[in-house]
Amino acid sequence: MPATASLPQTTIRRHTTLVRVTHWLTFVCFVALLVTGLAIVVSHPRFYWGETGNVNMQPAFVIPIPASRATVPTGYNYVMPDHNGAGRYLHFEAAWGLVLTALVYGIAGIWTGHFRKNLLAGRGEWSWRPYWKRTAQYLRMSRPDTDEAGAYNVLQKAAYAGTVFVLFPAVIWTGLALSPGFNAAFPFFVNVLGGRQSARTLHFLVTIALVIFFVVHVVMVAVSGFRSRMRGMITGRVGDEEEGA
Amino acid sequence: MNPISRRKLITGGLVTAAGVAGVAAGVPLAKKYGLIPPDCRGVYGPGETLTYGVQRLLTTNAMARTFPREMISKVPFANEIAPPSDAFKKLEAGGFAEWKLAVNGIVARPTVFSLSDLKRMPVHSHITEVSCEEGWSYIAEWIGTPLHGVLREAGVLPQARYIVYRSIEKDWWESVDMADAMHPQTLLTYAMNDGELPVKFGGPLRLRVPRQLGYKSVKFVVGLTATDSMKGFGKGLGSASPEAGYAWYAGI
Repeated sequence: MPATASLPQTTIRRHTTLVRVTHWLTFVCFVALLVTGLAIVVSHPRFYWGETGNVNMQPAFVIPIPASRATVPTGYNYVMPDHNGAGRYLHFEAAWGLVLTALVYGIAGIWTGHFRKNLLAGRGEWSWRPYWKRTAQYLRMSRPDTDEAGAYNVLQKAAYAGTVFVLFPAVIWTGLALSPGFNAAFPFFVNVLGGRQSARTLHFLVTIALVIFFVVHVVMVAVSGFRSRMRGMITGRVGDEEEGA
Repeated sequence: MNPISRRKLITGGLVTAAGVAGVAAGVPLAKKYGLIPPDCRGVYGPGETLTYGVQRLLTTNAMARTFPREMISKVPFANEIAPPSDAFKKLEAGGFAEWKLAVNGIVARPTVFSLSDLKRMPVHSHITEVSCEEGWSYIAEWIGTPLHGVLREAGVLPQARYIVYRSIEKDWWESVDMADAMHPQTLLTYAMNDGELPVKFGGPLRLRVPRQLGYKSVKFVVGLTATDSMKGFGKGLGSASPEAGYAWYAGI
């Protein structure tokens, strides 16, 4: 595509419309799922392994917070406000938003070569060396190489690919495994995870992993130039004089 | 404006128009095939409708997972219930001999069944998991008579789209569509594991809907009504659950 006259020659086209739209839709759904997921979890902040689990059974671990139901022994003499009903309604609606966005992104990502070009390890990136090298660069906080202005470095690719191809599919899979109607039709989904309570526990743990990704992602965006990165993800374009900022 | 963005604009417009037309054509079709839940309105309506519609397409005849006998929970958890009403206590004092299940609505023969009537009907049992929307669960063997047998006995008419069922306790009522009502695992249960159904687990009569979350399995059932519309039942949202903020369809 030729550069248009209204833009300076140095402008770099950073993100496609597809990536930007699905990125922000995912962000909105993710935040809704996180908040509503918390509203659901506080009604029973205990986690079990296996098929069944309830307050008469030994938990694998508990989150040390008060519950929103008086029947759950938490050690706190306080019952949290309960928003489970509305939380669940919005959780599943946002889950649909996430799944439909993921479908569009997934199909288009293969179709347009976005995955191959931007997320998967390229030539010369299938050894440990570039990873060690880039890690050392991060630790020294040195400026990124100029070839990173328009592409992700190996560590970014690994983080994004891991989130896109592992964490999001895992959180959707473990979530579906909690649906009694879906389980009836596709019992494999929950059985392979070791049972309903294992699926619930894994759903929670994968969420923690997604939150860690989210926090690191936002911190990296902030330290590498918040305005420039936000402009890149909103308008799709970044001036290269801003890149190293 | 350069030509590429104009082309994008036209494509975008066409896609949007196709989407709107698809929804306009799809809604009556979805209604006709019973893919729209009673609580389809409001901000959460689209999500609920997608969940219910897709599950009805994929899972209508699916059977809930069943478990081997050794997986029956040693310590099942009985969820907290409000103190029983005087009406319940009176029946309990009489050993539930006078417990009645009234079946009415759009049926050929409105019928009142006693517990012993129900116990004379075909016995079915399954070892299934009760999953609460709070997150906990347990496995038990549920013994009773399939709901579809009771409905056939009363001569449920083909126009029926929902079966409404009520507890003896105030404001505790639910409904299921005919796919769940006629499902072989949907049982009017009067026994659990190796004995009578204990009161704290819903005795003397509980409707077990194992493909949905626990709150659809109403305790102390005294009435069933077949209907072709949820209008006129409470706020018309399908059950007491949406009125309290919970989804009508709990198969998620």
